[in-house]
Amino acid sequence: MASVAFHVSGLTKVYRSGEVDVHALRGIELEILESEMLVLLGPSGSGKSTFLNILGGLDRPTHGSIIFRDHDLGAMNDRDLTLYRRDHVGFVFQFYNLIPGLTALENVALVTEIAARPMRPEDALAVVGLKDRMHHFPAQLSGGEQQRVAVARAVAKRPDILLCDEPTGALDSPTGITVLEAIEQINAELKTTAVIITHNASIANMGDRVVSFADGGIAQIAGHDKRLPASSLHW
Amino acid sequence: MATLNRKLLRDLWRLKSQVLAIASVIACGFAIVAMTFGAMESLRTTRDAYYEEYRFAHVFSHLKRAPLLVATEVGRIPGVAAWDARITHYAALDLPGRPEPSAAELISIPDTGQPRLNRLVLRAGRLPLRGRNELVMSENMASALGYKPGQKLGVILGGKKQPFTLVGIALSPEFVYVLAPGQLMPDDKAFGVIWMDRSILEAGYDLIGAFNDLNVMLAPGVSEQDVISRLDRMLARYGGNAAYGRVDQTSHAFIDQELAQLNTIALVIPPIFLAVAAFLIHMVLSRLIDIERPYIGLLKSFGYTNWEVGGHYLKASLLITLVGVLGGACIGLALGQWMTTMYQRYFHFPFLHYQIDYAVFALAAIGSFVAAITGAQRPVSRAMKTSPASAMAPPTPPVYHATLFDRIGVVRHATMPTQMIFRHMVRWPWRTGFTSLGVAMAAMLLVCLFFFFDAVDALVEDFYFQSNRQDIVISLSEQGSDRARYEVANLPGMRRVEPVLTVAARVSREQLEQRLGLQGIEPGTQLRVFREKAGNPFTLPAQGIVISDQLARLIQAHVGDRLYVEFLEGSRRTVPLTVAGITAEQVGVSAYMDRKELAGLVGAPGSAASFDGLVDHRALPSLLRHLKDIPAVVAVSTREQAITSLREVMAKSMTIVIDFYIGLGAVIALGVVYNAARVALSERSHELATLRVLGFTRGEVSYVLLGEIALLVIAALPLGCVMGTGLAWGMSQAMQTKLFRVPFVVTPATFGIGMSVVLLSAVVSLLIVAWRIGRLDLIAVLKTRE
Repeated sequence: MASVAFHVSGLTKVYRSGEVDVHALRGIELEILESEMLVLLGPSGSGKSTFLNILGGLDRPTHGSIIFRDHDLGAMNDRDLTLYRRDHVGFVFQFYNLIPGLTALENVALVTEIAARPMRPEDALAVVGLKDRMHHFPAQLSGGEQQRVAVARAVAKRPDILLCDEPTGALDSPTGITVLEAIEQINAELKTTAVIITHNASIANMGDRVVSFADGGIAQIAGHDKRLPASSLHW
Repeated sequence: MATLNRKLLRDLWRLKSQVLAIASVIACGFAIVAMTFGAMESLRTTRDAYYEEYRFAHVFSHLKRAPLLVATEVGRIPGVAAWDARITHYAALDLPGRPEPSAAELISIPDTGQPRLNRLVLRAGRLPLRGRNELVMSENMASALGYKPGQKLGVILGGKKQPFTLVGIALSPEFVYVLAPGQLMPDDKAFGVIWMDRSILEAGYDLIGAFNDLNVMLAPGVSEQDVISRLDRMLARYGGNAAYGRVDQTSHAFIDQELAQLNTIALVIPPIFLAVAAFLIHMVLSRLIDIERPYIGLLKSFGYTNWEVGGHYLKASLLITLVGVLGGACIGLALGQWMTTMYQRYFHFPFLHYQIDYAVFALAAIGSFVAAITGAQRPVSRAMKTSPASAMAPPTPPVYHATLFDRIGVVRHATMPTQMIFRHMVRWPWRTGFTSLGVAMAAMLLVCLFFFFDAVDALVEDFYFQSNRQDIVISLSEQGSDRARYEVANLPGMRRVEPVLTVAARVSREQLEQRLGLQGIEPGTQLRVFREKAGNPFTLPAQGIVISDQLARLIQAHVGDRLYVEFLEGSRRTVPLTVAGITAEQVGVSAYMDRKELAGLVGAPGSAASFDGLVDHRALPSLLRHLKDIPAVVAVSTREQAITSLREVMAKSMTIVIDFYIGLGAVIALGVVYNAARVALSERSHELATLRVLGFTRGEVSYVLLGEIALLVIAALPLGCVMGTGLAWGMSQAMQTKLFRVPFVVTPATFGIGMSVVLLSAVVSLLIVAWRIGRLDLIAVLKTRE
């Protein structure tokens, strides 16, 4: 039995958007295991992204606790959260969020420069199959290529946790699958805990467990006996 | 290079036109500092080196006549390191081919060659030989007239015209600035300095074995005042005028005045540029950080610290400043050199090296970086405070409220684009305010700079037309009698003649005193006008003394006060006189009284030292020819000629300055308007593209963006005029010197020029941005997440 990476209990988040209070999370209880691949499903506004942000130390809960290994993320100050992200977390976003003024290689180097035990940026790009495109600027890459650069950037630091927010949301099916394969490979080879947000129910099949969010809470947790490989998915 | 730094360089390259606009503003401020401080430093060090090397005296005294033995006694006064006793005299010149009168100050040099003090710098030829009718002419006059050694000319020596040969051309530390007595500006063709062998002047002015002018050099650390007092006591019985130090020496005083004015410019103008630069950096960096909000979040999600992220943007502002500082240093060096050559026109130095004061450069650079950090401080701290999660989320739409404008009927019924303009202005009141303020600063600077031309015009109007109505001033070498007056009055074209008696005097009230030429004016004068501060004219009273407002300030005197007037020639009495009036004047420090009354008090041998005259202009050339032939006439100045030469000097020196200052104003206006428009374009491109998609024309869309900025510019113009007037007032106060008051007059033309330059720059900036709106890629803009 794998050990627990995250222990989440009573997690609540309220924030202000414009002039209204939004209850994004309402008392989440969850354990996430080391090297598990967890898929978060749910409609827009159900709280998935907020949960992912708190997991990644981008945001702090309003109430409740979230423990990573033996670190209480809720009790960390800004500085500690920064170090937590720097040392443990890799992010992949729906819109890639590459810096347009930097080449693929430089976008990855941006992270390896501050990481403790990174891969070489070239190697990270090789993992996602983009070694020959590494001197291209984001505008010169296709959407799938950009997202694979984003994946390379996320894994280059050899993170303990890989957090992906709709990684295929802006991509067509074949391109999306190449990205998912890259994530799958890293989860398998580096034993990285991966949490993937998606709207796409067929992607859920590649996870160990699927957590369905609704209205700021967990509606259902389903386990898979057998994960499907990313290459067998289609939508 | 770290990847983040590479990003920084690429970002700045992408924003290059905005970076350039900001850097230009910084460069202007820096260049002015480099230029003015460089010029100040050059002037000061050159002057000091020149004084030192050519032994410029510390104390100066003029007297009637004293045997040379007295000078030896002066040498025994403790603290006197060296002395030079010489003969000086004003004399008319007869210059071949020049119909107008010219004059020179004649100065004796010993037959052994160089004088002991105020040594000459020979620029061409040689010194005169003993007993020969040879002379050395000051370089200003020789080059204005185009004279070379070998030139023949006549000098009216002691009433007799004598032929001379010019054998040398020289400079002297005593005459770095050559100004004829009573003039505002140098006129090099009309007045110069001539050195000749002592024996010639001894014979010409009946001063064999005697002297009438004494220069003294002090030992280091000696009190100038002590030596002056002893000197005055010793020379009193030889008709000695009160001795004076360098502060009152004409040439030295003018350099001092120039230094003081440079100092004012250097301290007042550059901070304006730095303030504008700080604002522009704030505006552009704020926008950059808004645009890059997702990347800021991204960097933080990677684990970059707040300081690393803040430092990244701070570096951007520092790099922009560095570009400005480097550019400013280059421009400043070039301008400093140019200014140094300009000074060679005014000031006659044998050498004038442009000095680079690295400490000033460093200080100006620090000032620029402080301004940059000040401007960057708020946006950078915003970037630091941005939480990584909120940075990743799309920005919440800015909260707009119905504003006061919406309730105004005009706006409520205006088109949607017009309403958008007003809402946007009110939504960002600080930025709206500062943009207007920035543009206003450009107008302010221009108004303040063109004010100086108004001031010079006002000065000319006051000095040559309001206070003094004479067309011509004829100065005599010796005090003339009433007979001379009739002679002059009978010259062709002379419509009116009023004699003026000028007596060197020391005017004091309690502890305060001032040395000046007290002028005796004809009762019922029609050529001199005395006016109260409010402008009402008053007549010269038969008794008492009328003083200029500047003298009143210096000795703190009021109408009715009793002053003590010590005559420094003639009777040498000290008499109490009551202040009968205070007359407003812009130039000089003066005092006036009834001519006959003055002649009686001072026991003057003659009753006039000069004549004021009104002239029939058609007869002027023939009048000048006649005057040239009257031996007693030492100098003639006509109003026309004085104003012409003043304007010539102004035109020569000011055209480049004008262009430069117009450029400065335009740089600020361009920098502010262009950046404001670019930032607004980047901020609202989504909105504007949406409008285009909805069917608005390119013109209508441009109107939303540019209309707002045009409105801000128009609002800024009157504000700039008011601020410029205020700054002009401040400058007129700061630039007051003992010799000149800068009148505070700002004409509508000045406002017109200021506003036109700003408007033109604004139009250019807006056209560039309008062209960019035309190229807006609708699809791309709408596809972006923001």
